[in-house]
Amino acid sequence: MRMGYYPGCSLLGSSREFDESVRAVAAALDLDLVQVPDWNCCGASSAHVLDAKLAAALPARILAQAAEAGLDEVLAPCAACYNRLVSAQQALAKNPAFAEEIAGITGAPAATRVRVLNVLEVLDRLRDTIQARVKTPFGRKVACYYGCLLVRPPRVVAFDRPEDPRSMDLLAEAAGAVPLPWSHKTECCGASFSVTRTDIVAKLSGRVLDAAVKAGAEAVLVACPMCQSNLDMRRPEINAHLGRELDIPVLYITQALGLALDLDPEKLGLHRHMVPAMPARA
Amino acid sequence: MSRIGVFTCHCGENIGATVDCAKVAECTRSVPGVVHSVDYKYMCSDPGQTMIKEAIKEHGLTGVVVAACSPRMHEPTFRAAVAQAGLNPYLCEMANLREHCSWVHEKGEVTTEKAADLVRVMVEKVKHNQPLHPIKVPVTKRALVLGGGIAGIQAALDIADAGHQVVLVEKSPSIGGHMSQLSETFPTLDCSQCILTPRMVEAARHPNITLMTYSELEKLEGFIGNFKATIRRKARKIDEKLCTGCGLCIQKCPQKKIKDEFNEGLGNRTAIYVPFPQAVPNKPVIDTANCTFFKAGKCKVCEKMCPTGAIRYEQEDELVTLEVGALVLATGFKVMRTDKFPEYGYGQDPDILDGLQFERLASASGPTLGAMKRPSDGKEPETVVFLACSGSRDRSKGVPYCSKICCMYTAKHAMLYRHKVHHGKAVVFYMDIRSGGKDYDEFVRRAIEEDDVQYVRGRVSRIYRDGDKLVVKGADTLQGGAPVEVRADMVVLATAVQSQDGSEELAQKLHVSYDPYHFFAESHPKLKPVETNTAGIYLAGACQAPRDIPETVAQASGAAAKVAALFARDELTREPVVAVVNRLPAPQFSYCVGCFLCQSACPYQAIEQEEIKGRDGSVLKVVAKVNAGLCQGCGTCVATCRTKAIDIQGFSNEQIFAELMTL
Ligand SMILES: Cc1cc2nc3c(=O)[nH]c(=O)nc-3n(C[C@H](O)[C@H](O)[C@H](O)COP(=O)(O)OP(=O)(O)OC[C@H]3O[C@@H](n4cnc5c(N)ncnc54)[C@H](O)[C@@H]3O)c2cc1C
Ligand code: SF4
Ligand code: SF4
Repeated sequence: MRMGYYPGCSLLGSSREFDESVRAVAAALDLDLVQVPDWNCCGASSAHVLDAKLAAALPARILAQAAEAGLDEVLAPCAACYNRLVSAQQALAKNPAFAEEIAGITGAPAATRVRVLNVLEVLDRLRDTIQARVKTPFGRKVACYYGCLLVRPPRVVAFDRPEDPRSMDLLAEAAGAVPLPWSHKTECCGASFSVTRTDIVAKLSGRVLDAAVKAGAEAVLVACPMCQSNLDMRRPEINAHLGRELDIPVLYITQALGLALDLDPEKLGLHRHMVPAMPARA
Repeated sequence: MSRIGVFTCHCGENIGATVDCAKVAECTRSVPGVVHSVDYKYMCSDPGQTMIKEAIKEHGLTGVVVAACSPRMHEPTFRAAVAQAGLNPYLCEMANLREHCSWVHEKGEVTTEKAADLVRVMVEKVKHNQPLHPIKVPVTKRALVLGGGIAGIQAALDIADAGHQVVLVEKSPSIGGHMSQLSETFPTLDCSQCILTPRMVEAARHPNITLMTYSELEKLEGFIGNFKATIRRKARKIDEKLCTGCGLCIQKCPQKKIKDEFNEGLGNRTAIYVPFPQAVPNKPVIDTANCTFFKAGKCKVCEKMCPTGAIRYEQEDELVTLEVGALVLATGFKVMRTDKFPEYGYGQDPDILDGLQFERLASASGPTLGAMKRPSDGKEPETVVFLACSGSRDRSKGVPYCSKICCMYTAKHAMLYRHKVHHGKAVVFYMDIRSGGKDYDEFVRRAIEEDDVQYVRGRVSRIYRDGDKLVVKGADTLQGGAPVEVRADMVVLATAVQSQDGSEELAQKLHVSYDPYHFFAESHPKLKPVETNTAGIYLAGACQAPRDIPETVAQASGAAAKVAALFARDELTREPVVAVVNRLPAPQFSYCVGCFLCQSACPYQAIEQEEIKGRDGSVLKVVAKVNAGLCQGCGTCVATCRTKAIDIQGFSNEQIFAELMTL
């Protein structure tokens, strides 16, 4: 299977291990990822609050590039990139006049037909293959954390249930893990305050981790670079806020799957985490 | 030779200001067959009608055309006048000069010409009119009431008190409906059972009421005054005549862990059971799906215990057919289940209840005998959160309509809780409070002011368990959307009121309309609130929309009054404007070739099959026959018939063609 790939800025910077693990798992599952040529930033962190045209034009250009490269589907692993690409695409599809205006800026017609997929959506399609190829089951109790953005808002993201998503749980199960029912699956980690207000991050992310640990999880699985960095990188602040040392590791779902498929932990970027997440191989 | 009289009306200014009525009368005078043509300011008035009557006698008229307003308004008036003069009323037609001409055109010559054309058209039609006679159908004076909730009980009692026979059919083993599950009722806080059970007993004892519990309607045929209902009496597996209701069988049944429907799953029952101690009739049923004997072939403990030998394992369902003249639909409602709300704990947390569960918990006859104990561990809850509008007025996940009763029962629940746990804290999250009704707003104020219930305006986004507590996260929109977090011991969701399971199928079975949410639809939202579009079928209670008890009872009495009015007559007269299949002399008998396309086309199931037999009894031909009682004169069959064998009386092909050829 061939599919377009839009890593976005974070997967080449702070979340390299997500990029590495997505590529490694894709290769192991015979999924051919073709990077969108000459891609640009999607504007996720601020464009949409500053300038509606910019917020549409940046994703529009990415999609136009993909269309030109003959890609029907594009995987955007970062939840924020994914959200911006889909939202902008829908805004253009709904308003032809606006689409025309944006096309004038990007110099290419709106690529309304390119389908943007998030990482769970893609893996969901490959679940049977994954299950069949598992070599070392990821036999831990896990709390699958979707965050507030990945499967929402439902009118934009027609994938999984907005309040009680299941796709990651099913994937974790396919990889041999035991997904736990827990309360904070879709609560916010405080992503937009990641840098500016670490005290808020500590509070919000702290609640998430606390709930996961109380539910009996041995690892938290995520599918969003912001969730991961908040839960992992901000651990000292979180622990200070909770007044308790939590050492629960936070892995990308792709890393957990990679381990189950017996891929090299280094290739999955597991050594890059702040809170040690090296596999406890039995 | 026809002798037609034409009467052109000015309708005051309505027609007269735009159409030259005198001229219309003038040019109509010369139409062949017209022997009298006049105009007058108000034809519908007494002098106007007298003019028509006198002209009929004086000129020996064979037909009358009144050129005036809408036939909807005055056709009956003029037909009655014509009949008084001794002419068949169906030889009178109206030309609508108002809606069809004066109201939609400017004053002018062309308009007057059009008016004259409209009159000529009707003159030609009347020449082909035949005298018609109203159809008379007998009335069976027995009513069928479907559903034994308070709506059905009230309707049955009222009809029975009016002196008519009633059959009350209830699908569950006892009558009483949801009201029998309620603890105390708003706005008076009187005990629901105390006001309901006497009525249940009254219904069971009433000489005019036949109670059929554990029964369901299988089929309904016929039409107003003349329905035939087939009812399935489900096998209780006991002989109701022998059973004394002593309950010995129930005490010894080994299957004791079946979720109890009456207590909304908060308690258990046995396989042989009565839904609740005050059930009417107080006779048990065997739940064969859960009975050891039916599952494994062994047990029969109940049979051994029964002192009267009433147990009948071999008993089968029984089908009963009944002739009835009218039907009252009172099948009630259900509440949305909490598993619709994954963000509120998936409906899996035992301490997150719906409204009916809370009623059982608060009820003196409930699983805790009315003591406030939360289901998970039986502890007395210190803080209880109530969520109004759970699924109501919620387009994204629930239903868009207001469930109407929850604002009131939520206030009631919070009060009941505070009355039982004096130091407890009750918090209500609401969108706005809809408490329109006599003494209703006062009731809510009482909850807030006297019983210290804390009302927070805002919705709840999430509920999750944190150890011993349920964390309820919401917003207070009166404080600028400030986040509110309450750590509660129990949560009660006022979940949306929905139509009863199976109402769509039932509506289709009865040919009554329903709304997008499968509540039965009334004939007119204001003027015919208890009628359906099918004559003879009436509505009562929450099967039509969310309703409280006072409204339900009032409407049930309304439906009963309609039935009583119907039964006050021995015969029903219907307009003869119905379809007929033509009949010809042998050997043709009829143009009808018996294809029965009309039968599938007829929306009212009015087409029957009729065999034409020879002298020796052999079938010569099968043709269609219209049941005049069912036919609504819509004309669908006429349009469908390939051999033109069907006509609507009063609108025959001949008449319509005569109209067209005139233009
Ligand atoms: C939590 C809660 C609290 C409430 N508290 C109050 C209150 O305090 N005061 C107040 O005024 N109102 C209250 N109500 C509203 C009250 O319950 C209703 O107004 C009332 O029950 C409506 O009566 P009904 O007969 O129309 O319907 P139901 O009570 O639903 O009765 C319908 C009956 O029809 C039967 N049935 C269904 N389908 C068929 C079928 N196909 N054939 C035969 N039988 C069938 C059912 O088994 C049932 O017995 C409350 C409602 C709820 C949910
Ligand atoms: S036969 Fe069935 S109903 Fe009777 S006692 Fe045994 S389990 Fe109960
Ligand atoms: S023991 Fe017999 S008589 Fe008594 S309730 Fe049971 S079936 Fe009826």
